[in-house]
Amino acid sequence: MHAQNAGMVANPPFVLVIDTNDARAAIIKDGLRAEGYTRIEVITQMDQLAARIVTLQPDVIVVDLGNPNRDMLENMLQVTRAVKRPVAMFVDRSDKPSMEKAIEAGVSAYVVDGFRQDRIKSIMEMAISRFNAFSRLERELETAKSALADRTTIDKAKGLIMKSRGLSEEKAYALLRKSAMDQNRRIVEVAESLLLSASLLGDGDE
Amino acid sequence: MKLVTAAFMPLIDASILAAAREVGFAESEGIDLVLVQETSWANIRDRMAIGHFDIAHMLAPMPIASNLGLTPFDTEIIVPMSLGLGGNAITVSDQVFAALTLAATGALDAGRALKGLIESRAEGGAEKFRFGVVHPHSAHNFELRYWLAGSGIDPDHEVEIVILPPPFMPDALEQGTIDGFCVGEPWNTVAQTRGVGKILTTKNDIWASSPEKVLGVDANWARKNGSTLAGLVRALSNASQWCSDAANRQTLSHILSRPDYLGIDAKILTAALKGPAVYEPYERAATFPWQSHAAWFYTQMVRWGQVDHLPAHADIARRTYRPDLYREALKGTGAAIPAASSKVEGALASSTVVGAGSSMLTLGPDGFFDGQVFDPDEVDAYVAGQKRQ
Repeated sequence: MHAQNAGMVANPPFVLVIDTNDARAAIIKDGLRAEGYTRIEVITQMDQLAARIVTLQPDVIVVDLGNPNRDMLENMLQVTRAVKRPVAMFVDRSDKPSMEKAIEAGVSAYVVDGFRQDRIKSIMEMAISRFNAFSRLERELETAKSALADRTTIDKAKGLIMKSRGLSEEKAYALLRKSAMDQNRRIVEVAESLLLSASLLGDGDE
Repeated sequence: MKLVTAAFMPLIDASILAAAREVGFAESEGIDLVLVQETSWANIRDRMAIGHFDIAHMLAPMPIASNLGLTPFDTEIIVPMSLGLGGNAITVSDQVFAALTLAATGALDAGRALKGLIESRAEGGAEKFRFGVVHPHSAHNFELRYWLAGSGIDPDHEVEIVILPPPFMPDALEQGTIDGFCVGEPWNTVAQTRGVGKILTTKNDIWASSPEKVLGVDANWARKNGSTLAGLVRALSNASQWCSDAANRQTLSHILSRPDYLGIDAKILTAALKGPAVYEPYERAATFPWQSHAAWFYTQMVRWGQVDHLPAHADIARRTYRPDLYREALKGTGAAIPAASSKVEGALASSTVVGAGSSMLTLGPDGFFDGQVFDPDEVDAYVAGQKRQ
């Protein structure tokens, strides 16, 4: 579908992406498609996971490190041979740097024994970069969210000062900023304690 | 302060690590013990392999499996101390429990009753019983299998054993995906409290005073941080004594109930600590890394086809446990330390006072439910004997 750059992968392996995070699963799937992998299945609901893997018989499994089912997965793939062909883990001893990168990124993968390492490598590299991008995005979102929350808090404190002291918005903000500087604290912290004491004293405007 | 990063799984037997940090035992040794809650044993293994964790709460057979090359990473992991005895149980669904019509309690009777039920189910063409355990290289897997086999039930053919994360066990039991499980506390108590299952028998019933989790230490880190490791062992030993004191149980439950530890109601944790699946963090040399424990786990790995029996393998398993480091760390602290590194498991029918340097030490009982004895000097004979069963 999106194979315009990499072209189609000849004889593409069947890749199963297991991730409870729908958004991240979607960007991994998209990444795989962009690399020319056409046979992809995504599982985001973990019920009956083992049975579904047995039915699907994937060649490669990409799973996030946060998934508590990893012990089950490994056992299923290695010991019980529930999947027809024996499966080994991609992150093998011979390739420590890429394994480190994968773990740092929070992703692991399992692959059918005998599957060519160079072929899985491109899948892993894509998964690692997408996982990293996703974490970056999450962090940015977190920062944006907390910045927004800070602004709301400061606005509320400003409103309180304007109301109780009859000051203009500009003066109210200047007062907040000055007391923050005097106390060597962040403006939002001063605003928070102001709102807290106002609510304790019952003269908050909410 | 020396920074030491440790991983743990949210289970009662992470108590010693939690207390070492929260009650200040680590700090007293100049160690800033940072504890990271993990979601799978695989993560603990992987992240230790790349240096995220120096030490970890581990299933006792895990370091042995790693040193034997049975895991994806061949990180060398040593065990300078154990993290307690007991604390597991086998819980079955209410329906199974009711169908068993137990005449008495105890592993022997429970096993007999289960065998009868399995046989009648097989005649009726019903599906096999399915049991959950947390990991193939776990005391849970080995004690469940030991109990089943000792009760005349073939764990590979007459039941199915699946792997599940501990917190999922009660749900799986409720949904009927499994009929029973062998897991560490508090998950048996959680299932029982929720009314989805009943404790059928305990780890202590199957093998009294038996080992469960250990302190797994990255061998490379240990080589470079010998004095920190010794301080850590002292801190954990003091923490284990604190955890064992009934007067501290309430406080311990409160610490463990926090979301950054187990995130479970303190009342349930207090109940879990009370038993029947009693976890012993200190008494009966609970933190001593007996090489006979390592050797027994090895015999079970052989028994269930995880590794071939070779003298070199048996040696790697035994030497994973490092009683020498334990002694070195606790020398002169007044702690009662066993003089021997191995003991005949199952030899003590009751608590026995033994000499331990300057102090007295009580060991045992350490018997297996079927009356078998494991002599760590006779591994070949033990392995051969298991084959015939």
